[in-house]
Order: sequence, then structure tokens, then C-alpha cells
Amino acid sequence: MFQSVLASLNEGFLRTLEIFGLTLLGAFPLGLVIVFGSTSQLRPLRYVVKFIVWVVRGTPLMLQLLIIYYGPGLILGNNWWGSSSSGRFTAAIIAFVINYACYFSEIYRGGIEGVPKGQSEAGQVLGMTKRQIFSRVILLQVIKRIVPPMGNEIITLVKDTSLARVIAVYEIIWSGQTFIKSTGIIWPLFFTGVYYLLFSGILTILLGRLEKKLNFFRV
Amino acid sequence: MIVLEVKNISKRFGNTEVLKDVGFTLEKGEVIAIIGSSGSGKTTLLRCLNFLETPNSGQIIVNGKILFDASSHKLLSENDIRKLRLHFGLVFQSFNLFPQYTALGNVKLAGELLAKERGDYNNNHKAILKVIDENASDLLRQVGLSDKMQLYPHQLSGGQQQRVAIARALALSPDVLCFDEPTSALDPELTGEVLKVIRSLADRNTTMVIVTHEMQFARDVADKVVFMDDGFVVESGTPEEVFGQPKQERTIRFLERYSNL
Repeated sequence: MFQSVLASLNEGFLRTLEIFGLTLLGAFPLGLVIVFGSTSQLRPLRYVVKFIVWVVRGTPLMLQLLIIYYGPGLILGNNWWGSSSSGRFTAAIIAFVINYACYFSEIYRGGIEGVPKGQSEAGQVLGMTKRQIFSRVILLQVIKRIVPPMGNEIITLVKDTSLARVIAVYEIIWSGQTFIKSTGIIWPLFFTGVYYLLFSGILTILLGRLEKKLNFFRV
Repeated sequence: MIVLEVKNISKRFGNTEVLKDVGFTLEKGEVIAIIGSSGSGKTTLLRCLNFLETPNSGQIIVNGKILFDASSHKLLSENDIRKLRLHFGLVFQSFNLFPQYTALGNVKLAGELLAKERGDYNNNHKAILKVIDENASDLLRQVGLSDKMQLYPHQLSGGQQQRVAIARALALSPDVLCFDEPTSALDPELTGEVLKVIRSLADRNTTMVIVTHEMQFARDVADKVVFMDDGFVVESGTPEEVFGQPKQERTIRFLERYSNL
């Protein structure tokens, strides 16, 4: 019994990991694109992007998952995502990426704005190009500033992946829950907590190491 | 020989005129001290010299070459301006060292990046980098930090950081080295070591423009003193003239605040 529960939970957890990994993969760069928009000199662009960030950060991710999955069908009359599990998974990933990219963009913005102007001015008077100033002076300071808040978001994402089950993505909570219906046992659902704890524990250690690595200088 | 000629520089921020028809000349090896109360335009003037601000009118001429002319400045590319900046060095009030580089790394960084633009860099980069490294170590020795080269800015005192910043500015051998209130962010007991370094640069005939509130220092080190108020050059001359026999009412009132002189 224990064996088969584990096998099933492992399978669900794999999906959880996929949501986690793909979300980060998409949201890291998309967040960067968004921050260029939300700090743009072009006022209309800036307002539009800020509006989108406000909407995404101001509504529950669960609602966004539902809207992105069911919205196209309801509004356009045809279901983009199809009825297969891979369609639901894609919809989930898109919702997660958009949601997290908006949060990341705000973290990036804080990190970039936190670097004193004197840093780039010092680079300028030393004849450095804008690109050199960014890559050699600013970037690492931004990274150092954003690692702690980024770490918080990443740990939150570990647990947020469970929201994907509202559109029937078979992540680990889903796997645990099926045992209630099929065999009447509830402990597999509770046992999923162990997976989350272990995974977030590992991430906490890794993030801590990264922070420590960046401790050789202070900003 | 005239190194720097600043002619009729004016600068507006919106409707506020920060610099009004400012001009002065500086001979090679001379030190000019710019004094005046906060908001008088001293810092803006330095920022104009370093192309961090663009004057609305006027000219900046270095070694007889017109680097800046407000009437044609818009034609310059970002890259042109970047190269023009190399005629000047700037030491900031708040040091602005790069925190992720050691003292030595701070002094070397810009030189290393500029070396990459040299035609012979690929064939000769080891020798070039060695020269940069030795030059940077020498400079840190000159400012009295030979034992701190491998330390990061946060491991240094304010005075030490500012001395690194001076070495960093010197590393590119600018024609004119500018100081923007170099000791204003320092604890009083640390100003001495920085002033000593600047004094030694003056002794070695470094051409410098120093914005400062250290009147005694300005009087001792400068060859020329410019008193600015409200964006104007109110009075200029030798330290003896400006400090000893100020002619303008505003200068007299300003210097009264430093009556210990």
C-alpha cells in the first residue's frame, strides 16, 4: 500500500516540479520585460503595464487560472486548450508565468531602483559604456538586493503550484486526494506535506548559500 | 599653458537657472578651488565638466580643443561624449566605489575595459593588463593604501574609501581632476588623510578643480579661488585676494561664517 501511494505521489510531485520549474523559467525573463515596461519613459506603455501588474497582483491566482482556462471558451466560443490534460497544463503554466512575472517585475524594479545613481555616474565618468556599467557594476548589486525577496517568492511558488488543481492539473495534492475517493484513506493527502517541506527545505538551503556567496560585498 | 577654459557656461533645470555665465581658466598644474554656499551651483559646474549634465550654453575647452560647445553638442553621440569624459576625472562626495570590487579592482576596472578597445589588445593583452595592474598598485601606494588593496569598500573607513576613489580617478590620467566636496561625507577625524592626499597631488602639479567647504585647505592649496553664489561667479582671484581682501559684499558675508581664517 505504502509503495503504491508513494509511486502515485511521486508522479504527482513530478508534475508539481514541472509547474515550479517552467514557471520560474518563464517568469524570470518575462518579469524583466515587464519591468522595462513599467519603468519606461513612454507614458502610455508605462500606464498599461502598471495597470496589468495591478490587476494580476490584485486578484487571486486561483481566479486567474480559471479565467485563463475557461475564458477563451466562454468569450470566443471555442476552447483553445482542448480537453486533454496537456491543454490544462499549458493553461496553468501560462497563468503561473504571468502571475509570477508580475511579482518578479516589482522585485526587479526595487532592486534596480535601490542601486544609488552615483554608481552609474561613477562608471560614466570613468568612460564606461552603458552596457559595461550595467553588466560590470549594476547587475551584481541588483542580484544581491533581489535574492532575499526573490527567495520568498520562490518558496511561495512551491506551495502555490497546488492551485493548479482547480483546473484539474494532476499535481501532488490531486494525487493525494484521489486516495480518499478510491480507497477511503486520507493520510496520503496529509503526507504530501512532507514533499513540500523537503522541497522548500532544500530551496531554503540553496538560497541561503547563494546569499552567503554574495556576502563578500555590501550594498 | 592653459589646460582648461570654461566659457560662459549656463545651465537651467526647468525654470531655475543654476549656472549663469560661469567662466574660468586653469593653467597646467594649477589648482582652482570653488567655494560658496550650498545651492550656489558649484556641484552642477563640476557635473557639467564631466558631462553628467549638459550646459544650455557655453564652451568647455581642454588643451585648446573645444570639447563642448552648447550650440553643436546635440550632434555628439553617446560614444563621443563617453570619450570626452576621459579628459576629466571626478571624485564624488559619497565616494561611489563599486562595492563588489576590491580597492585594487576599483582602480583597475575602467582601465581594463578601455584597454579592450585598443587595436593591439588581443595580441598583447597580458602585457597591457600587467601595466594596468602595476599602475593601479602604484596609485594605491601613493594614497597610502598599499596594505588595503585586496579589501572591499565596506571593509575600509570613509577616508580610505575616498582615497581609493582618488586613485581610481587618477588611473585614467585625466587632464583635469575634479573633486566634489571630497571630505563633506567624512567624519572630521578622517578629513585630514584625504586632504593630505589631495595636497600631495597638488605638490606634484596635478591640475585640479576642487569644490570644497574646507576654507583653510582651499587657501593653502589653491592657486586660484572662485567664489560662487546663486549660479554666478561673484569673485575670483588668488587665495590672498579672495580670502585676504574680498571686494564683493557677498564674498565678505560668506567668509564671515569662516571667521577663524
